Amino acid sequence: MAEMMEIRWHGRGGQGTVTAAKVLADACLSSGRHVQAFPEYGPERAGAPLRAYNRISSKELRMHCPVLNPQVVSVVDATLLDSINVADGSTKDAIFVVNTSKDPKEIRAKLKAQQGQKVYTVDASKIAKECIGRSLPNAPMLGAICKVTSLVSLESLLEDVRKSFGKKFAQKIIDGNLEATKRGYGEVKEG
Amino acid sequence: MARVVAVTGNEAVAEALRQVNPDVSSAYPITPATDIMQRFTGFVSNGKVKTEMILVESEHSAMSGCIGASAAGGRVMTATSSQGLALMWEELFIASGTRLPIVMALVNRALSAPLNIHGDHSDGMGARDCGWIQLWSENAQDAYDNTIQAFRIAEHMDLRLPAMVCLDGFIISHSIERIEYIEDDKVKNFVGEFKNLNPLLDLEHPVSYGPLILPDYYMEYRKAHAEVMSKVAGVVLDVAKDFEKISGRKYGLFETYRLDDAEIGLVILNSAAGTSKDVIDAFREKGIKAGLLKPRLYRPFPYEEVGNALKHLKAVCVLDRADAFGASYGPLFMDIASSLYTCKEKPVLINKIYGLGGRDYLPEHAGLVLDELAGIAKTGKVKTFKEYIGVRE
Repeated sequence: MAEMMEIRWHGRGGQGTVTAAKVLADACLSSGRHVQAFPEYGPERAGAPLRAYNRISSKELRMHCPVLNPQVVSVVDATLLDSINVADGSTKDAIFVVNTSKDPKEIRAKLKAQQGQKVYTVDASKIAKECIGRSLPNAPMLGAICKVTSLVSLESLLEDVRKSFGKKFAQKIIDGNLEATKRGYGEVKEG
Repeated sequence: MARVVAVTGNEAVAEALRQVNPDVSSAYPITPATDIMQRFTGFVSNGKVKTEMILVESEHSAMSGCIGASAAGGRVMTATSSQGLALMWEELFIASGTRLPIVMALVNRALSAPLNIHGDHSDGMGARDCGWIQLWSENAQDAYDNTIQAFRIAEHMDLRLPAMVCLDGFIISHSIERIEYIEDDKVKNFVGEFKNLNPLLDLEHPVSYGPLILPDYYMEYRKAHAEVMSKVAGVVLDVAKDFEKISGRKYGLFETYRLDDAEIGLVILNSAAGTSKDVIDAFREKGIKAGLLKPRLYRPFPYEEVGNALKHLKAVCVLDRADAFGASYGPLFMDIASSLYTCKEKPVLINKIYGLGGRDYLPEHAGLVLDELAGIAKTGKVKTFKEYIGVRE
């Protein structure tokens, strides 16, 4: 891993995007790393576009401002691709992970990804519906991010999903999220 | 072993309050401080603390409740932000004038109007001269550590002054960061048993609080307050030494970063100081001698020490996250200018107002300011002494 990795999440209110950033930060805390997770706070409405950020670093994190040049861009809601430029400021070797049923090549073209940039897709909404019964794509997105960034092992991510969701939800929901995370990890495709 | 966790600034402050386990708290919710007391009232309900929690109908009442409980003879704390602090205004002076060691977390937020819930320092700056001690915090770790130390400082028998711990709204209060929690028993031993001084509830020794003092003695009373403020810095340093023993973390009256051999420097409070430090490293790599000073004990302000730390520089920019309308410069600038006033050799000082109402302070802003300072250091020419940055023209 590079000394510091910066991640930007694009989602809509109600999809669990902020929770996903929190779970990722918690999971990356292992092995003595420094972490940050923070959303951009606006009027909090279901369905409104929102951004959240992660920084993960082997050194102390002192920067307290939004991530402007993400190495990883996680698009939790693909309809945002039509309304905002999710690639804005991304690094030359940025990794994009998009929640969509579409082919990664098609998404790659839509993003106008540069040569060194990698584009992955995962049908996180479908996985979530099948595992949890609702379109809450955050868990499979976390699984996919885990696979393509190697920031953290699947085992420790699952441990953190269990811990975070365990505080709020019934066992059935926790099991569904664990399954969804595993499937996101397994089903992410490169374009 | 210390616990390493990823938590928000608010969560960290609430955890410090749980570990301190005060006798009484009286509070009213306000964004972005709400989360602190929401978590704390959870600790109360779940029996994790023995605190008597008073839920009141306004911040004026919250501070009044704290004053009553503190005068009665208990360890007392609360938390607020922005309009909440503004509504406490008259009670703030009563708490300090009555010398009650109340600890309050102030999650810094802009003031209305227009309504804005985001972080700036207008609230804390408005209350800077109300006789309270103010400790400012760069990140969640600072906020946690300052909260624990604030009890020892406020309750010190030579001081008995209320103290507020300031942290940036949302930027710190709602962002998750890695921090280290100290073990419960170490915190408990560090703050120690609460020591009473003339408690109202000591019925064997009746005392009066809040008497009328007319021109015959009022001025002596105020002079006594000014004199006790002069003892705060020494206590803050002593408490910091003890705190280092349990935490391994060093605290002073202010932090200097790469300042000793610097030619240009920034003076900046709270979270923006962290962002600035990364930019200063980048300038150092280019061979530019840049440094930074971040005040921690802002009230009482350690004028002499700050002046000595800055006087060798060629050019300094003071960045204010609040303006003082009608005054020439921002509040922090005026204190820095005062601290250098008596020095024979001193840097050229400029002032930038940034980040109001949560406007992002970005590395490029620090970069532009440092470039400007490098130019001033070279030519001695100043374009403008005060301006707003990161703002639409």
